[in-house]
Amino acid sequence: MSVNVIEAGGLGKRYGGTWALRDCSLAIPAGHVAALVGPNGAGKSTLLNLAAGLAEPSAGGVTVLGGRPAGSRAAADGIAFVAQDTPLYKNLPVADMLHLTRNLNRRFDQAYAQGRLAELGIPLKRKAGKLSGGQQAQLALTLALARRPRLLLLDEPVAMLDPVARHDFMAAVLTAMADDGVSVVLSSHALAELERVADYLVLLSRGRVQVAGEVEDLLASHRMLTGPAADAGRYAERPVVHLQRGEAQAHLLVRATPHDPVPPGWEAHPVGLEELALAYLREPGAGALPGPARGRSTQTSEVTR
Amino acid sequence: MDIDKEIRTEGRPGGGDGETAPAGRTGAGSPVEFRLDAASGVPTYLQLVHQVEHALRLGYLKPGDQLPKVRDVVAALAINPNTVLKAYKELETKGLTAGRPGQGTFIQATLSQVTLPELAGLRRSLLGWLASAEAAGLDEDGMVALFSSALRDFFNRRGGSAGGRGTAGGETEGVA
Repeated sequence: MSVNVIEAGGLGKRYGGTWALRDCSLAIPAGHVAALVGPNGAGKSTLLNLAAGLAEPSAGGVTVLGGRPAGSRAAADGIAFVAQDTPLYKNLPVADMLHLTRNLNRRFDQAYAQGRLAELGIPLKRKAGKLSGGQQAQLALTLALARRPRLLLLDEPVAMLDPVARHDFMAAVLTAMADDGVSVVLSSHALAELERVADYLVLLSRGRVQVAGEVEDLLASHRMLTGPAADAGRYAERPVVHLQRGEAQAHLLVRATPHDPVPPGWEAHPVGLEELALAYLREPGAGALPGPARGRSTQTSEVTR
Repeated sequence: MDIDKEIRTEGRPGGGDGETAPAGRTGAGSPVEFRLDAASGVPTYLQLVHQVEHALRLGYLKPGDQLPKVRDVVAALAINPNTVLKAYKELETKGLTAGRPGQGTFIQATLSQVTLPELAGLRRSLLGWLASAEAAGLDEDGMVALFSSALRDFFNRRGGSAGGRGTAGGETEGVA
């Protein structure tokens, strides 16, 4: 059960003189929906493309599904990737897209694909380009799932979809996970939505991994402290991730567990995924520490001693 | 990005306080459906746990009843399957449910020792109290404050824990 679906060591990708991703080391365990979060240009798509074997690393290496080199045949057989722009041949009827995908892949479950499209009411004769945005996304997902992957990579899968289509798309992805145990790694900006979808978080910033860990562990090891602004400076010694200071009151996101003592005059509140991710995104420098889940240098227990 | 609100138009009647969204057909084969309140700040798995406990207290769920299948909850709410599993595990740890391999998760204890007719009677007398509270000029917040304070006093006087949350009195009532 300790198989990593993506494992990268010193991974880097340079386009011209610019590093899109550098010194990226992470290990995403199987059985999760892992969310890649970060500002535009942080390296999310690059990481997904490297894992899918669609790009060659400039430095380091990446393996998938328990050590298969990315891009190898063994890796490709186990991975399905839906790229950002829902890549479909817009002039081909749906049936031809199925046919094409079946011929391009060693494994393709035609019955599953047809059954799924029928369930969704997507007509086989219609040209892919004439489908609604939600249907196009569902078609791309169906083609990906019909390959029966062990790892599903999704790059900004719902960015272009309306709320109902987003919900239906994510429901389909998560149902596939419930049915077949497929692991999912997806990039997204929709933090509020990730709250109930993702149970593993990778925050990327400026081409580097800022935070990585199981959401549950991350949330359990961070607290929001609220208290007098005049005292906020006193916590400089502690691992403060983000500080919001008003005239009188300050909010500090700190690394601390619910068992750590709360300073007198301060209140501690649990944080959600969105609040946590936003705090880190606002403080790209706070990425020096590894994710608490796999903490190496700083243990959260020493945080508020 | 409030997906919940988009689904609400299909909501079943009597779905509660209007803050939460009905979730379609999670309850196929089960007496209950789950809803999610994205704005509550309560972790998703806890929301599921609370809804089962709530349904148990009010008698919507009885020993032997089946909880919605994990897959159905996932499909209806678009949440991570691990979240549903965590909620069901928590309910099992509390002794409220038991998993039957290949079948699903079933209620095996109850939180309410009170029968449905008794509950209806208690609700009626509470409604009577609410009417007199309103007549006396209390608004909703006032009623909640007064009730909560009286409730606290009531149990404090009895020495705390007895009758409080989570004293699953029915754990010995096995399933047929």
